[in-house]
Amino acid sequence: MSKDGAISFAQSINQALDEAMAASDKVMIFGEDIADAQGGGVFKATSGLSTKYGTGRVRTTPIAEQAIMGAAIGAAIAGYRPVAEIMFMNFLTVCMDQLVNHAAKLRFMSGGKTFVPITVRCTTGAGVGFGGQHSDMLEAWFAHVPGMKVVTASNPAEAKGLLLSAIEDDDPTLFIEDIMMYAQKGEPLAAGEKIPLGKARVRREGSDVTVITYGRPVAQMDKLAEELAGEGISAEVIDLRTIAPFDEDTVLNSVAKTGRAVIVHEAIKSFGVGAEISSRIHEELFADLKAPVKRVGSKYCPVPFSPPLEQAFLYSQDEVYASIRRMMG
Amino acid sequence: MATKEDLDIETLLEIYRRSMRVYKTDERFRQMLTSGKLRLVYYPVRGQEVLSAAMMAALNLDDYLVTTYRGVHDQVAKGIPLRDLWAEFTGKVTGTCKGKGGPMHITDPATGVMVTTGIVGAGLPIANGLALASQQSGDGRVTVVCFGDGASNIGAFHEALNLASLWKLPVIFLCQNNRYAEHTAYSAGTAAKQIIDRAPGYAMEAVRVDGNDPIAMHLVACEAVARARAGEGPTLIEAMTYRMLGHTFGADFSYVPAEMQEEAKQADPIPLFRALLAERGIDAATLEAIENAIGAELDEAVEHALSSPYPDVDELRIDVLKEEIAA
Repeated sequence: MSKDGAISFAQSINQALDEAMAASDKVMIFGEDIADAQGGGVFKATSGLSTKYGTGRVRTTPIAEQAIMGAAIGAAIAGYRPVAEIMFMNFLTVCMDQLVNHAAKLRFMSGGKTFVPITVRCTTGAGVGFGGQHSDMLEAWFAHVPGMKVVTASNPAEAKGLLLSAIEDDDPTLFIEDIMMYAQKGEPLAAGEKIPLGKARVRREGSDVTVITYGRPVAQMDKLAEELAGEGISAEVIDLRTIAPFDEDTVLNSVAKTGRAVIVHEAIKSFGVGAEISSRIHEELFADLKAPVKRVGSKYCPVPFSPPLEQAFLYSQDEVYASIRRMMG
Repeated sequence: MATKEDLDIETLLEIYRRSMRVYKTDERFRQMLTSGKLRLVYYPVRGQEVLSAAMMAALNLDDYLVTTYRGVHDQVAKGIPLRDLWAEFTGKVTGTCKGKGGPMHITDPATGVMVTTGIVGAGLPIANGLALASQQSGDGRVTVVCFGDGASNIGAFHEALNLASLWKLPVIFLCQNNRYAEHTAYSAGTAAKQIIDRAPGYAMEAVRVDGNDPIAMHLVACEAVARARAGEGPTLIEAMTYRMLGHTFGADFSYVPAEMQEEAKQADPIPLFRALLAERGIDAATLEAIENAIGAELDEAVEHALSSPYPDVDELRIDVLKEEIAA
């Protein structure tokens, strides 16, 4: 923690895990390199926890994602609340069967006799030069699976509050962390405070256009809204927080008011979360729209390595700005 | 080495009771499918009844079971109520899972049936998690996960056995080697001569046993259960058996050579078990009474299933998430 009380995103995750483990002995953590003997996690998110709670509850695992996810699912069915750390989001592909065929579906397939209260933490994001297999934003895949909840945070305080709720939630929840944000500092969340799942946050009220986003772009859109205000355009910024199930009421109420919407995410645009939200807006509010809904996402391409390519791949803030200017006529 | 005489007659009769519960359930499913009274994809378990019964008789009701879509013998031998099972197989709201899971996903925590998966090999990593919960809470439960010889070739098998051994989990990996992975013979799909040959690579205790021999199978099961309960870690059991019918009911299985089909017939565990009981002084009337009681339970279960209602379509919005989905 720095002098001014601000803490980093990674420290905030650590605080959430610490508070959850202190509150319930049913919370366990599994993942690669997570115990202190292995460095407390490659991003230090679990630092100190194995020392405090023991290596029975904070377990470093082999590099074996199916084993990690299976262990989390089984322990969850038997009454535990495991937090499984899958180091990078792309590694979820290695345990998709466990997550999609089992974690997400056991509640329904058992008629509610079992349920799987696991939280799966993973990091990802382009911009640090990890290339094609460590950077993808795959949230749309999981949002498409009935039974999964998908959550992402836009700053350290949000991360803590949302992670605490994810751990308490009775459904399997995928908690996506942005690798570019771990060092980002922000105001801490008060001890014991939580942020409910399924509720979007209106970060800034506006009357001309609604910008719907989540994760890393949220802070950028806050700034953009400030700029637009200087140009006489009043933008409302919504942080979805929970991507699935998403807070449709908050989104539709906002767009009903503004008549214009832009959806911004780092994931590639094609078949992404933006497509779903855009469709819902068109289906419900077509007559109220003053312009077609616009989506801004990254390019249809594997995440490239070379820095100029990586930057060119990423969604463009300029495109958001230009789209809004165009909508305003 | 334990011998035949180590098993008392009460235990033998208990295994026989469980075996017949499986045998008659399987027989009734096939009869009703043949007569057209039932329509579903069914995976017959004829030939594997005694193996399951001898394993499950070594467990308590609250010990955990994870099995597969070809696992009705495991569920019935574990003690699942037949009426709930039949109602689920017929898609009725009175079923174990309100008809929402079906035959491939039978779940009944009251009898320890925690997961039935339709994905080959996927149960093994989940069984580790159940066993981990027991290890952590000290509740003394043992987890048994059943799978076939074919499942030993998928990656989840490797990941699960390694982790179970590393963490000394109270789990038993019961490989029911029926010599066929769907339509593919053991030797055409498995490089290892025996499944247990893989265990040393995981520093795991392993034993190969004639699964059709109730005494041998039960003694091996008891030893593995004792090891798990004592905190001494997992066991891989390779129980040799035969699948006497095709992978799915009604499908041609001429791919099984005539000699092996004959071998399977000779090894049919049900008549052999009856002969063993006769040798131990059990008269025909005792066996008949057991079978009649199961027959009556089965009649009632089938009647209950057929007369039960289907689930309401509102069930589509329930159990997806904890919160009901809006209509």
